[in-house]
Amino acid sequence: MLEKFILIPGRTTDQGCGVSEGKFGDRYQNAVRALQVAPGDMSKLGLSEGDRVRLTGEEGQTVEVCITTAKKDELPEGLLFIAYGDISSRLMTGDTHGSGMPTSKGMEVTMELVQKVGVIQ
Amino acid sequence: MTSPDYIKISQGIVHDPLNGIDGQVKDLWILDGKIVAAPTEPSVRPARTIDAGGLIVMPGGIDMHCHIAGPKVNVARKMRPEEKRRGEQMPRTNIAHSGSLGSVPSTFATGYKYAALGYTTAFDAAIPPLGARHAHEEFEDTPCIDKGFYVLMGNNHYVMQCLMKNEPQKLKAFVGWLLNSTKGFAPKLVNPGGVEVWKSKQAGNVSGLDSLVDHFNVTPRQIISGVAQAAAELGLPHPVHIHCNNLGMPGNWETTLETMRTLEGHRGHITHIQFHSYGGGDGDENTFNSKVIPLAEYVNSHPNITIDVGQVLFGETTSMTGDGPLGYFLSKVYGGKWFSSDTEMESGCGITPIKYRNKSLVHSLQWAIGLEWYLLVNDPWRVVMSTDHPNGGSFLAYPQIIRFLMDRTYRRDILKTCPPEIRHRSTLWEIEREYTLNEIAIITRAGPAKILGLKNKGHLGLGADADITIYTPHDNKEIMFEMPRLVIKSGRVIVENSEIRESLIGKTLHVQPNYDHELESDIQEWFEKYYSIRWSNYPVDLSYLYESSVIPTL
Amino acid sequence: MTIAATQVYAPKPSIPGELKVIQDATCTFCGCVCDDIELTVKDDHIIEAKRACVLGKAWFLNHSVEDRPSCTVDGQPATLDEGYDRAAQILTRGKYPIVYGLSDSPCEAQRVAVSIVDWIKGTIDTTTSVCHGPSGMAFQGVGEVTCSLGEVANRGDMIMFWGSNPAESHPRHFTKYSLMPKGMFLPNGRKDRTCVIVDVRRTKSAKAADIFIQIKPKKDFEALWTLRALAKGIDLDPDLVQRETGVEFSVWSDLMERMKACKFGVIFFGMGLTMTRGKHANSEALLALTRDMNAHTRFVAKPNRGHGNVTGADNVVSWRTGYPFGVNHSRGYPRFNPGEYTTSDTLANREADCGMTIACDPMANFSQPAREHLASIPFIALDTKETPTTRAATVAFTVATYGINTGGTVYRMDDVPIPLRPAFPSPHPSDYDVLSAIEVRVKKILGVTG
Repeated sequence: MLEKFILIPGRTTDQGCGVSEGKFGDRYQNAVRALQVAPGDMSKLGLSEGDRVRLTGEEGQTVEVCITTAKKDELPEGLLFIAYGDISSRLMTGDTHGSGMPTSKGMEVTMELVQKVGVIQ
Repeated sequence: MTSPDYIKISQGIVHDPLNGIDGQVKDLWILDGKIVAAPTEPSVRPARTIDAGGLIVMPGGIDMHCHIAGPKVNVARKMRPEEKRRGEQMPRTNIAHSGSLGSVPSTFATGYKYAALGYTTAFDAAIPPLGARHAHEEFEDTPCIDKGFYVLMGNNHYVMQCLMKNEPQKLKAFVGWLLNSTKGFAPKLVNPGGVEVWKSKQAGNVSGLDSLVDHFNVTPRQIISGVAQAAAELGLPHPVHIHCNNLGMPGNWETTLETMRTLEGHRGHITHIQFHSYGGGDGDENTFNSKVIPLAEYVNSHPNITIDVGQVLFGETTSMTGDGPLGYFLSKVYGGKWFSSDTEMESGCGITPIKYRNKSLVHSLQWAIGLEWYLLVNDPWRVVMSTDHPNGGSFLAYPQIIRFLMDRTYRRDILKTCPPEIRHRSTLWEIEREYTLNEIAIITRAGPAKILGLKNKGHLGLGADADITIYTPHDNKEIMFEMPRLVIKSGRVIVENSEIRESLIGKTLHVQPNYDHELESDIQEWFEKYYSIRWSNYPVDLSYLYESSVIPTL
Repeated sequence: MTIAATQVYAPKPSIPGELKVIQDATCTFCGCVCDDIELTVKDDHIIEAKRACVLGKAWFLNHSVEDRPSCTVDGQPATLDEGYDRAAQILTRGKYPIVYGLSDSPCEAQRVAVSIVDWIKGTIDTTTSVCHGPSGMAFQGVGEVTCSLGEVANRGDMIMFWGSNPAESHPRHFTKYSLMPKGMFLPNGRKDRTCVIVDVRRTKSAKAADIFIQIKPKKDFEALWTLRALAKGIDLDPDLVQRETGVEFSVWSDLMERMKACKFGVIFFGMGLTMTRGKHANSEALLALTRDMNAHTRFVAKPNRGHGNVTGADNVVSWRTGYPFGVNHSRGYPRFNPGEYTTSDTLANREADCGMTIACDPMANFSQPAREHLASIPFIALDTKETPTTRAATVAFTVATYGINTGGTVYRMDDVPIPLRPAFPSPHPSDYDVLSAIEVRVKKILGVTG
């Protein structure tokens, strides 16, 4: 499985509160590592909550995250969401296209399954 | 015996019009930042003697109307990177910070450039009360000069509400409270009533002194006369500073005349009057002409009125105003980038780049009208040099304006480069008058000090602040005034031959009028209903002023 | 130079066991800068933060005294003086020093940071460059029609959010400023307003909308220009519009009718525009649309700024240098060039050779190449808490938290300056203290006497 998606990192309540609690605390770490996937995409790809996937950015940068089902209609199919932070920023490239701002939303990524939930390697 | 603290300026040719000194050779003694009498003990010698033999000595210049700090000035800095990369740069030295210039210099550059021009005091003319804290923060980063600001009140909801309900006591208390809360210097009216109409509807504005302001059912005339009355009762040193309605519009001279009449003998200052002295009508360039003569006649015969000019210079600059609808109008005329910001309960703001061209009939008329104002007001004590920096041009143009005033051949040479039609629409070509050095000293320092009620500034008598500029005489007065030999601020040499020698911060001049504190609860009730910040977080406390200097009420 | 305001509201030490209440305290977590918080303090700990939102509560309740050294050098505890000395050495020995962050510091500290940069001929940049920097560039292109937040509360009858999710990023935005308040000209509050939200996903904020418009990702520019064309009465191909924006043409034309018909429209926009393909072109389209709308009615726009004092950073850097962010002083005077002097670039291009980060976390929020370069050069980090950046720093200072332990001034997202009322003292120095001490040493090394 190697599927193309558009990744939208953004602020969330847990991420925001986690910053104040401390960046090495569980709340922040869990918040920025949970990748939301639209329910339709989950079933289409046979994914379940907690599966571990690898995201690859346009210059080959990779991160691994666990997936969680996006709430109801929050996310259209084809889009992924993750709380803004350490993981999402690893997928940015160093190029700002002369703006000072790396493309940090609407990033084109591929997603592949690394490990099914509950399966011990 | 050497006294380490005395400075003596020896044998300068002194121009001190407030003390009736017109070019006499004299010594000046300075101690602890003030002008003092020569020590009687003959053995006391100064720590430093400045030989001013053959040099012209004047009090430091005072700019009573410029835009140098606060929210809108800072927006203009951000907005115009394109004009800074070319042209003069200001690198840091081991004494002074770096800065950027363009039409809206950074804070440090502003302070250094004023100082290098021999100016030691400047007043920002339009601060929204909600941005007062911001203005004070910038003042602390604006070195070398003393500073103050005028507080926007002409579209304040509480002011209009008091007038609507006919509550002059509350209005008076409010003006007092607001000046205290902002640590401001004077009430400022900008297009009274018109900005409120702009906030409430598309292309909104008032059209004259008797237009009704929506919702409040008051007129600009009521606002002008109400605030002038309150300011007079509070005994403010500079009671009311007025930017009239209809700025820039053909035919607006009648609004200006009516505004002066509305003061009914109260002291009032009409600012950048050049922009308010136009004949003609309906935005028609073909009818646009100067109406300085009838307006100057009124000023000449009414000693309660003072003015500053708002001279236009040819070149590129940035228009910035608390007059929101004017900003919209100018952005449509010029089509460039446009900033507008409305501040809750208080005021508006408009900014757009602008270029004055000598080939444009309108622009060259504006230039001529400004010069007519200097030359047609008989009493120099009631006309003050200004460019409304940066609106008409930069304060750095003052030396050039001085040359226009002192040298009729030069101003006629420039006039010759303008469309010839101008000679039918203004009287500048025929005016023979040339200013004397003493008159220049009046319109650039002594006059504004008097108009502002600054007893320790604008003169060199005993007890005055030792803010002094020393010039090398020159036939070309532009050269003479753009490069002072020496500038002293609060008794310290801050500039020598245009180089910064010391970067002191300067005082903040403000007023603290008494007012009826009983009425504060009414203000608080109104405030808490409509403002987006808390009552207790609104007033600016003294900690924001590097050095406070309270100018007493009358 | 002395900057007095930080001293004014210096907190008094707590008396053990006693409750202390601070009225009208200011929350500096997000750009809303709510100044109506009532804090209850006990034993140097905030135990209650009345009126604070979920993010504000987390901010106030979790900032207690950090049990860490105030300074580490090369990862080892050090005295403050050792830290200041080393910091000054690092900053004065480099050829391309960068100073970055500042959005969670009071203006008083920001001013000292800009001073240091001026003396060392360095480059100053703030987190604006990776937030609304593109909006700042757009503003330099077309300007901006805007207002203070109280104007929105009192007049705004059509409130739009574009690429912004205040329900999660600015939780009190709706209730305090934009949707719920009963304003002077909107006596019925929410009932008198129409709320429109445009986003690529149905965010938590979408629930608040009367009209939610879900556009295709990376098509903000096309959607905004569709509205610009409609505002000017230009004919468009409905199929093309739908294909490009993912939204039926009739939805856009209906929206434009409503925008024209309102009395005072407001568009709040977020990083959905600035961080996405198009960046400053997206923001510029939105600012230009707002300007266009003023031919029909009153309309304003405002970026929903993120950090507590990022707006103050823009202001301080602007008044001192003339430019808002990304300012280089290598020639001794300020020059501005986003994309060159901005920190993502000076790091990813491997140009900076030393630096200082203040209240920011590039080791967690920057691209991998930028992080790798930062980790390879000597740098100083100031933060209230431990972060990946403080862990990688040569010299790390644990500083007191602004608005909780120290006073000063903060600018709300609408440029309104607000004073801070701290709750309890910290044993750690403020960032103002640290920066001032470094400045003294830098000046001495460089022979600066001003």
